[in-house]
Amino acid sequence: MTDIAATAAPPTETATLPARLAAGFVNRLVIIIPYLWLLFFFLVPFIIVFKISLSQTAISMPPYTPVLDFKDGVAGFLAGFRELNFDNYTWLTQDALYFNAYVTSLIIAGISTILTLIVGYPIAYGMARAPATIRPTLLMLVILPFWTSFLIRVYAWIGILKPEGLLNQVLLATGLISQPLVILNTYTAIFIGIVYSYLPFMVLPLYSSLEKMDYSLIEAAQDLGCPPTGAFWKVTFPLSLPGVVAGCLLVFIPAVGEFVIPDLLGGSQTLMIGKTLWNEFFSNRDWPVSSAVAVILLLVLTIPIMFFQQAQAKAQEQGR
Amino acid sequence: MKSLGSIRRDFAPWNDPNAKPYIQFDKVTKKFGDFTAVNNLSLTIFEREFFALLGASGCGKSTLLRMLAGFEEPTAGRILLDGQDLRGIPPYKRPVNMMFQSYALFPHMTVEKNIAFGLKQEGMPGPDIDKRVAEMLKLVKLEQFAKRKPHQLSGGQRQRVALARSVAKRPKVLLLDEPLGALDKKLREETQFELMDLQQELGLTFVVVTHDQEEAMTMADRIAIMDKGEVMQVATPAEIYEAPTSRFVAHFVGNVNMFEGKVAERTASTTRITGATGAQIVVDNGGHAAAGSDIVFAIRPEKIKVSSKKPADAVNALEGEIYDVAYLGDMTVYHIKLDDGQIVRASALNASRITEDPLTWNDRAWVSFRPDAGVVLTR
Repeated sequence: MTDIAATAAPPTETATLPARLAAGFVNRLVIIIPYLWLLFFFLVPFIIVFKISLSQTAISMPPYTPVLDFKDGVAGFLAGFRELNFDNYTWLTQDALYFNAYVTSLIIAGISTILTLIVGYPIAYGMARAPATIRPTLLMLVILPFWTSFLIRVYAWIGILKPEGLLNQVLLATGLISQPLVILNTYTAIFIGIVYSYLPFMVLPLYSSLEKMDYSLIEAAQDLGCPPTGAFWKVTFPLSLPGVVAGCLLVFIPAVGEFVIPDLLGGSQTLMIGKTLWNEFFSNRDWPVSSAVAVILLLVLTIPIMFFQQAQAKAQEQGR
Repeated sequence: MKSLGSIRRDFAPWNDPNAKPYIQFDKVTKKFGDFTAVNNLSLTIFEREFFALLGASGCGKSTLLRMLAGFEEPTAGRILLDGQDLRGIPPYKRPVNMMFQSYALFPHMTVEKNIAFGLKQEGMPGPDIDKRVAEMLKLVKLEQFAKRKPHQLSGGQRQRVALARSVAKRPKVLLLDEPLGALDKKLREETQFELMDLQQELGLTFVVVTHDQEEAMTMADRIAIMDKGEVMQVATPAEIYEAPTSRFVAHFVGNVNMFEGKVAERTASTTRITGATGAQIVVDNGGHAAAGSDIVFAIRPEKIKVSSKKPADAVNALEGEIYDVAYLGDMTVYHIKLDDGQIVRASALNASRITEDPLTWNDRAWVSFRPDAGVVLTR
């Protein structure tokens, strides 16, 4: 029995069995709420998407067949059920476009994540070492961009990066370059966009792990003969690893499926899975294939993370 | 041979005019903004000495230690170690190691790796490191905990790992910042003696910062009492206790009775004091107090004898009434309200189980003490 049960009905001889069961149920109810949330807003939509991915495209409303319902009774439902197949998944393996899009997305997301880490770490470190009085202000500044629409901020980058944009004007005016740089509609623009947009997601977990670190550990390392750079790599960085991992996952996962940034900044030739998915869904109106793309994307992202977390849990278990 | 306190100290380089100082603070001042943490302080510590900096929090003792370790630079003045000026030398190049108050053990490393950390920085070859680590683990009796992480150890074990890590490099000086502060009372007492044995065994110079007077008295060869960034007195524990040079020191260490008064008469061997409330006290060591000057006579409670009748041979005897009594087992503490109104604290060692002259609340009583029992303080 748990604490609440103990206070509600002390487990004495007088406490009746139903009373104790009822108390136990109240306890469980608290846990049930988040599970129900996940069930309705994650699992059910996923099952719908998965079902569509097993259907065939059709010129109808909705644009796929079969539509499973009980209009024709249980027999009709089962007949429709039998029509489901994995043809769309087979199709994904036959056209190299999809494979290339997945790989390109993973590479772009990977590079972007590393760049975000390189940019975000010094920011988080500086914040964590700043005087305690100004830390809340710095934290606010990191979160501040969220107050403006994400879309508007990405559009703003077009204005900065385009050949006659702000960046080129400044560089030309200062005489650093004689020809405008072509940045917009290249992968460079995508990296800039992702690093900019996802920086807070990297900085915040890094900051929280660096901030709670005891500064006397660095002093101890120096006291034992370790110069400041060595102390960083031997003490600070290893101790901030949980923050590094959390930040990288928070950037990498959404970056893989990112659509807006490659579409607006990367131009037409960039091949990323988010864009491919959008094209399948809105241009081709092929809901089943785009659903299959989405399901595979989910698997590509969740399975390695599951293994990673399991390995981490095991490592932690051994450490204890 | 007579001496202050009950311990004969054979190691006393501070009394030898030819002894070479090992650590020298030379007119050191440290300011943090407007706040002066250490004020024009000079101090000398000798090799192999167990030196304690004792003071209340904020007195500048930790700042002094951190300047020696290299974490803070003095605003003015010099710090010399073995004749070398330490100014500008970063902490990682100083031949001193520090044991931190929080222990500062690396949480991601095992006990073994923690101890080996400083040795690796030195570039010591692997087999030698293993040997030294094993030696250190044996020294602090933690052999079977080598593979544990700090969070798997008790407070006392962590303290010993921190100690092993800080002495592993055989530093010239070991700095200890409140080394026993986080331990419970019993463990603290045991560890005090362990630290003393360790210092003897390794022959290192220890500088320890503490706010616990008992800890400083137990372990240190000499104690520096600090207040507001200044050293009030540097002396052996016995001198600090038996011959304080100021009211602050007398008050800070142990219990004390203070009689405000004036020097009524001075001869070569005795000084007669008239207390502010009329008490007459004769002492044989008047210090520098000139006749007619305002002074304080300080006397420790255990130097005062309490009896129901006036002792026949007593030079100093004052009459009063017992105000409070506390029986503590090993001793009994009396608070006596003298007839002039002053309250005197006296303590009697219960050396025998049976007391001939038992006293109780509101009894008339006499307090008496020898002419050499207290000290005359002029500041």
